[in-house]
Amino acid sequence: MPPETTDLREEYTRFIGRKILFIAILAVLLILIAGIATSLGSANIPLIDTYAAIVDRFLPDYFNPSNLATNVVWNLRLPRILMGVFAGIGLAVAGSAMQGILRNPLASPYTLGIASAAGFGAALAILLGKGFVGGEYLVIANAFIFALLASVVIIGIARYKGARPETMILAGIAIMYFFSAMTSLLQYFGEADAVKEVVFWMLGDLDRSSWDTLGLVGIVLVCCIPLLILKSWDLNVMGAGDETAKSLGVQVEKVRILSMVLAALLTASIVCFTGTIGFIGLVSPHITRMAIGGDNRFLLPASGIVGAVLLVGADTIARNIIAPVILPVGIMTSFIGVPFFFYLIMRKRREYW
Amino acid sequence: MRLQIKNLAFSYGSTQILKGINMELGSSDVLGIVGPNGAGKSTLIRCIDRILVPQHGTVLLDGQEMKHMSSMEIAKRIGYVPQSISNTFPATVFDTVLMGRRPHLGWRSSEEDIDAVLEVLRILKIKYLAMRDFNEISGGQQQKVLIARALAQDAEILLLDEPTSNLDIRHQLEVMEILTKLVKKKGISVMMAIHDLNLASRYSDRIIMLNGGSVRDAGDPVSVLTAENIQSVYGVEVIVKREADKPYIIPIRSFGD
Repeated sequence: MPPETTDLREEYTRFIGRKILFIAILAVLLILIAGIATSLGSANIPLIDTYAAIVDRFLPDYFNPSNLATNVVWNLRLPRILMGVFAGIGLAVAGSAMQGILRNPLASPYTLGIASAAGFGAALAILLGKGFVGGEYLVIANAFIFALLASVVIIGIARYKGARPETMILAGIAIMYFFSAMTSLLQYFGEADAVKEVVFWMLGDLDRSSWDTLGLVGIVLVCCIPLLILKSWDLNVMGAGDETAKSLGVQVEKVRILSMVLAALLTASIVCFTGTIGFIGLVSPHITRMAIGGDNRFLLPASGIVGAVLLVGADTIARNIIAPVILPVGIMTSFIGVPFFFYLIMRKRREYW
Repeated sequence: MRLQIKNLAFSYGSTQILKGINMELGSSDVLGIVGPNGAGKSTLIRCIDRILVPQHGTVLLDGQEMKHMSSMEIAKRIGYVPQSISNTFPATVFDTVLMGRRPHLGWRSSEEDIDAVLEVLRILKIKYLAMRDFNEISGGQQQKVLIARALAQDAEILLLDEPTSNLDIRHQLEVMEILTKLVKKKGISVMMAIHDLNLASRYSDRIIMLNGGSVRDAGDPVSVLTAENIQSVYGVEVIVKREADKPYIIPIRSFGD
């Protein structure tokens, strides 16, 4: 083999290695940030004690954390932090997948009106007390079902019209306006207190997290994300256009619809517990692409971790910036994300990243 | 016969693009498809690769009806080179060519796939582009990358849509020579839509001339690329000379309307 070929092979190996390194560094960063986030709050628990309390559950008898630390960490803070991690991962992976299959940098988990449908579902439950399921899960189940309903309509239209990206985006925008109008209508006639509750719900918050909800979201993540990552090659090829993808043996419509279903499921299962947390699903894929490029094999997992870091980071600031008042994280993600995103856009020399 | 196309018809809505095409492609054959804009050259190629699904007619690949083959099976045997693509998101030239291995690929790209990519990059002399972003190289370079991708696909039949439209004269000749050499060496068959009649004449074993969605004439370059054929199909006056046993077309003027 001529020496130049070996060089290029090495260069390519290094190119892949850099992406894996990026993911590894991010993972460490996430553990660190999640730890710091768990240690901050009204009860003062040092970082070391926080980790000790966490590890103690798996390896007892080594660290002997205080009862207070164990209690606060496991019962009060971890569910919220972990929900931040799960929601960040889920929204960012859904965003990457949507941008990939729709070939549109503006696509996000909310593009298809999923969030506004969830908002309407919640509003219906809060304002009228009506829904598919009664009891404490009324609002959650309603939000989830309406979110899925929106995706079913769009996927139905896509199947009928041939699953072109433009069709799906336009249908999604139409759905979004429809459900926003429906929510406004409900609010217009609603009681003031209930309307306020609806507004609060839609702001997006990790306050409502518990170990039970974490389990549910976790199951959805574990089911959906590996499937999407398995489809990375198809997503990569579809980035070069439907024609190319078809000529390379990819069943474009099928992959597009399957990925949509998975992304919708991820989004719906998160949004119904947290309300709409904007921006994470849109920017995490872009930030990741700037760092390691568009290969979905690496983009999907990496953007998930970026999303988790952003969301947990934003939530930590939202909890502490004017403590004891806790701001909804949905507000904070944009406040932090937008300037950071502008910075990245300005810094890049190239047309695109 | 590698490919046999019988009575192929395709319409977009009520606009009929292809009207009953019959043609064949033999092994180690270079088939040039010529014809004016809108004659149906690209559509024909897309119908053969089943990117578009024809309403009528059959395409047989080694005697087997392509309708009944899976898209992955087709992708292993037929490579397609579009005129151009634009990636929405960044991808290096290396990764773009690696996509050609998709029909053969597991989730991880194997050493064998990387070897295949390195080999076609070498053949097309574009190794120096390997780590550049596909969207940031010139149109001609992009065209060579797309050809490289189809070669990496390792198919027996290559369908090319205007493979030289963005290339300067040197790269046009280079690409055509690479293709004809591969045809001889590996026994693959090439079918290309091409506007440049002289390139078609020089490098095709056979030529099919399309006009308005039908085959106007088919055969070797000398019998198809005649002044009369060109005049009636394109509406231009030309002189056809013989140069090394191939017709050589010199355009004179357009007839206008």
